[in-house]
Amino acid sequence: MDYFAQQLINGLVLGSIYGLIAIGYTMVYGIVGMINFAHGDIFMIGGFIALITFLILVSFGLTAIPLILLVVLLVSMAITALYGWTVERIAYRPLRHSFRLAPMLSAIGMSFVLTNYSQVAQGARVKPVPPIITGGYTLHEGSEGFVVQLSNIQIIVVVTTIVLLALFTWLVSSTRLGRDMRACEQDQTMASLLGVDVDRTISMTFVIGAALAAVAGMMYLLYYGLVDFFMGFVAGIKAFTAAVLGGIGSLPGAMLGGLLIGLIETLWSAYFSVEYKDVAAFSILIVVLIFLPTGLLGRPEVEKV
Amino acid sequence: MGRSVSAPPAAQTSRAPGAAFILKKALISAFVALVLFSLMIGVRTEAGPQGQLVYWTRFDDLAVMVAAVFGGSILVELLRRWWGPVDAVRVVPPSVQSALSLAGRLVAPALLVFTFLVPVLFYNERYILDLAILVLTYVMLGWGLNVVVGLAGLLDLGYVAFYAVGAYSYALLATNFGLSFWICLPLAGILAAFWGVLLGFPVLRLRGDYLAIVTLAFGEIIRLVLINWQTLTGGPNGVTGIPRPTLFGIPLTPADDGLAALLGIEFSPTHRIVFLFYIILALALLTNWVTIRLRRLPLGRAWEALREDEVACRALGINTTTTKLTAFATGALFGGLAGAFFATRQGFISPESFTFHESALVLAIVVLGGMGSQLGVALAALTMIGGFELFRGLDQYRMLVFGMAMVLLMIWRPRGLVGHRAPTVFLKHSQAISSDLVKEGHG
Repeated sequence: MDYFAQQLINGLVLGSIYGLIAIGYTMVYGIVGMINFAHGDIFMIGGFIALITFLILVSFGLTAIPLILLVVLLVSMAITALYGWTVERIAYRPLRHSFRLAPMLSAIGMSFVLTNYSQVAQGARVKPVPPIITGGYTLHEGSEGFVVQLSNIQIIVVVTTIVLLALFTWLVSSTRLGRDMRACEQDQTMASLLGVDVDRTISMTFVIGAALAAVAGMMYLLYYGLVDFFMGFVAGIKAFTAAVLGGIGSLPGAMLGGLLIGLIETLWSAYFSVEYKDVAAFSILIVVLIFLPTGLLGRPEVEKV
Repeated sequence: MGRSVSAPPAAQTSRAPGAAFILKKALISAFVALVLFSLMIGVRTEAGPQGQLVYWTRFDDLAVMVAAVFGGSILVELLRRWWGPVDAVRVVPPSVQSALSLAGRLVAPALLVFTFLVPVLFYNERYILDLAILVLTYVMLGWGLNVVVGLAGLLDLGYVAFYAVGAYSYALLATNFGLSFWICLPLAGILAAFWGVLLGFPVLRLRGDYLAIVTLAFGEIIRLVLINWQTLTGGPNGVTGIPRPTLFGIPLTPADDGLAALLGIEFSPTHRIVFLFYIILALALLTNWVTIRLRRLPLGRAWEALREDEVACRALGINTTTTKLTAFATGALFGGLAGAFFATRQGFISPESFTFHESALVLAIVVLGGMGSQLGVALAALTMIGGFELFRGLDQYRMLVFGMAMVLLMIWRPRGLVGHRAPTVFLKHSQAISSDLVKEGHG
């Protein structure tokens, strides 16, 4: 039971990271209707920028951990958001009214570009960082000496995710930008006729998605203590799986899907085999889609003739 | 407020950009580049000798990159001005048009004849022969995937799974049971087709992008199983010592019972390369022939109808389930055959050869080929693989250039390199239709 509780905590933390990335996929899909294949690599770039900012701050002699974390968070969000904006501007905007496969292939190309750009710019080797946040709480001490622990970094990941989600939900539901985004999602032509700047709204969607991915990248760096240029691919596929599992286009669905994928992965590794954890996650995706073709919270697509 | 989405791009470019405008745009681009590259290029991190991270700055590289973006931005803007609005219709005179269509009709036969003659022309150039075999393998994969994506309109991001199934089927059957290539080849194809049907079942109810992610997940599952099922597949070490194909049981070796000895000629390793070349050429042509024939059958017509409009298909009484399944199985069959060939050519396979990158490459070939055009797919394979080879010397920059080329090609020709194709059904006379009119179905 204690073991299960510990795995549950680990799974929820991992799921929060996946959920943050999945929101970027689902938002872009909702508005533009394309799979942003480069999003996983945006997450990776976010991790790298967080790492570099952290190194620079430490070498300047900063020691206050909360201040460092805040600066790293803001810098990586800002620069990664610019990456998101640039990718949209270069690779997707010219293809917006093209046929459906064109932006997707362009996105796959962009993903290759970003992966290899990081490899060329920062080298192929894994970049380890020493644990920045240590310590934690012991929640429960079991009879056989097994302790359920909640580390500080896990608390930070979950709290940051919850705060960002609250902020993001408020943004989508109560601001001008959120209203524009929802309008564009329903009907771009109509929205533009009613004075919504569609280009700007779509750009902002990419910017917000990239900023959330940057947070996920930073959390990943803090939690696992490493980044490498190839981590975007697997994390991207998992997050996309999460978005589809929850019902693509649905924001709560993305978070739910992220948590589920995180839990499945952790529990499978804990009770069955570590090697097949990804196989388990993907198989469950396929099984869910057989019975619920539009995901858990997705709206069924009504087909008009 | 804001520009209308439906406004053509011409409306934005019609106001001739002056020098000030171009300069402003270049300055903005350079500033964006400065922010983007500041940390990623300006600072280099590496794990130090004690395992801790160290960093050093590279501001000269950063300056070069920003200057390049500034200059590139001006150049692009000038080119755009010189080229004129993107959407302007360029009138082609009828004489040029007819000459072009004649050339278009001659390209395919000329290319075919040339391909047949490649081993003769380049007999002494091993590198070109190897490259030609590689290109033909991708032509075959492209034609196979074309059935699924180009004809039936089902988006498949995991095509490499069938390639892997074919390759491992042959490798394992040959190394464990000693079966020959010619027995294993159809078996590999059938096994891959079987996996196609297996994947097809969950796919039937899915549409569009859900299908894309399921096929992608399937491709990853196959790869992960190949890596982890070490007792069967050898895991990351792969399968070695895969036997080479024989000519009616005669091996192409320097041994006494080899082909060279039987014919009384001097043995040369090039014989085997030429033999492999003709095998893959035959396999590719088989794929092409079967596809062309199938397109004329009710089944092929149903595929194309499915791509255009699934609802109409159902209303007309087409069984969409079997239609999708056959498309998947046919595509998978050819993928499996190509995989078996890959295994016998390499003599060694490992899961590393079957990554998502391969699926993306084949899909790019199909889309650049114009979604459904057989000639277009062949030309796209030649362009992509040939272009990829040109940058072999650049090593780590190769994938970077490849990704950029993919983005630029999509922006330049989103409809593919060959934008026209002849319809299989026509009322009075066959007229080439622009592929702009070919809608991609919902999957």
